[in-house]
Amino acid sequence: MTEYLVRFVAGGLIVSAFAILGDMLRPKSFAGLLGAAPSVALATLGIAVVQHGPQYAAAASWTMIYGAIALGCYSLAVCQLLMRFRLGALPATILAFAVWFVVAFGLLAGLGGAA
Amino acid sequence: MPIKLSSSALKQTHWYEYAVRFALGGLATVVAGLIGSRFGVSVGGLFLALPAIFCASATLIESHERRAKEKAGLNGQRRGQQAAALDAAGAGLGSIGLAAFAAVFYVVVSTSAIGAFIAAVLAWAAVSVLAWWLRRKLRVTSRTERAGRIRPSANSRSTVP
Repeated sequence: MTEYLVRFVAGGLIVSAFAILGDMLRPKSFAGLLGAAPSVALATLGIAVVQHGPQYAAAASWTMIYGAIALGCYSLAVCQLLMRFRLGALPATILAFAVWFVVAFGLLAGLGGAA
Repeated sequence: MPIKLSSSALKQTHWYEYAVRFALGGLATVVAGLIGSRFGVSVGGLFLALPAIFCASATLIESHERRAKEKAGLNGQRRGQQAAALDAAGAGLGSIGLAAFAAVFYVVVSTSAIGAFIAAVLAWAAVSVLAWWLRRKLRVTSRTERAGRIRPSANSRSTVP
C-alpha cells in the first residue's frame, strides 16, 4: 500500500511540474514537447531500480521505446482529428487512444520485449 | 519566434485544474506499476509512455483559448481546436525525445542508475528541442523556396511582352 502511495505522490508531483512548465512556455508547439515528457517514466523507473534492480528497469525502458513510437502516432492522430474532422479536444484525445494501443501492442507483438 | 517563459499563463489556470493533473499523473504512475506487476515488465514498459494526462492538458488548452476569444466577443471554438492541435504536434515531436530517453536509459542503467537518469533526461531534452528546431527550420525553408519559385515567374510575366 505504501509503495502505491509513493508512486501516486511521486507521479503526481513530476507530472504537475512538467505541466506547469508547459503552461509557462511559448510558443505552443514548443510547450507541447512537454506533453511527451518522461514524467511517469521517471517515477516508475526510479522505483523499479530500487525494488528490482537495473536489469528489470532496462527491460521496462526497452518496451518504453515502443510506447514512445505509439505516442508519436497518437499525437498525429489527435492533430488530424482536431484539424480535419474538427472534433473537440476531449473526444479527439480519447478516440486516439485506440491508435496508441494498436501501435504499442503491435510493436510488442512484432518485435518482442528486451532480450 | 523566440522561446519565452511567462508566468502570466498560470493565472488563467484554476486550482482544481492543477489538482486534476496531479491526480491523473499519480493515477497513471500507479496503473503503470500495477500493469507491470500483473502482466510483466514488457507490457508495463509500454505504459511508461502512455499519454496519461494528454486529455486533461489538451482540454485545458482548448478551453483557455476559447474563453480568451469569447471575452473578445468572438467564437473561439476553432481557435481552441487549433491551439490543442499545436500542442499535440509538439507532443509528436517530443515523442522522438521520449524514445531517445528510453534508449539511453536502457544502455546506461546497467553501468550507473543515477547516471542513466541524468543521461536519459539530457537526451530527452536535447532530441526534443532539436526535433522542434529542425521542424521549424524545414517549414520556413520550404515556404521561402515556394515564394522564391513564384517570384521569378511573376517577374518574367511583367518584363517579357
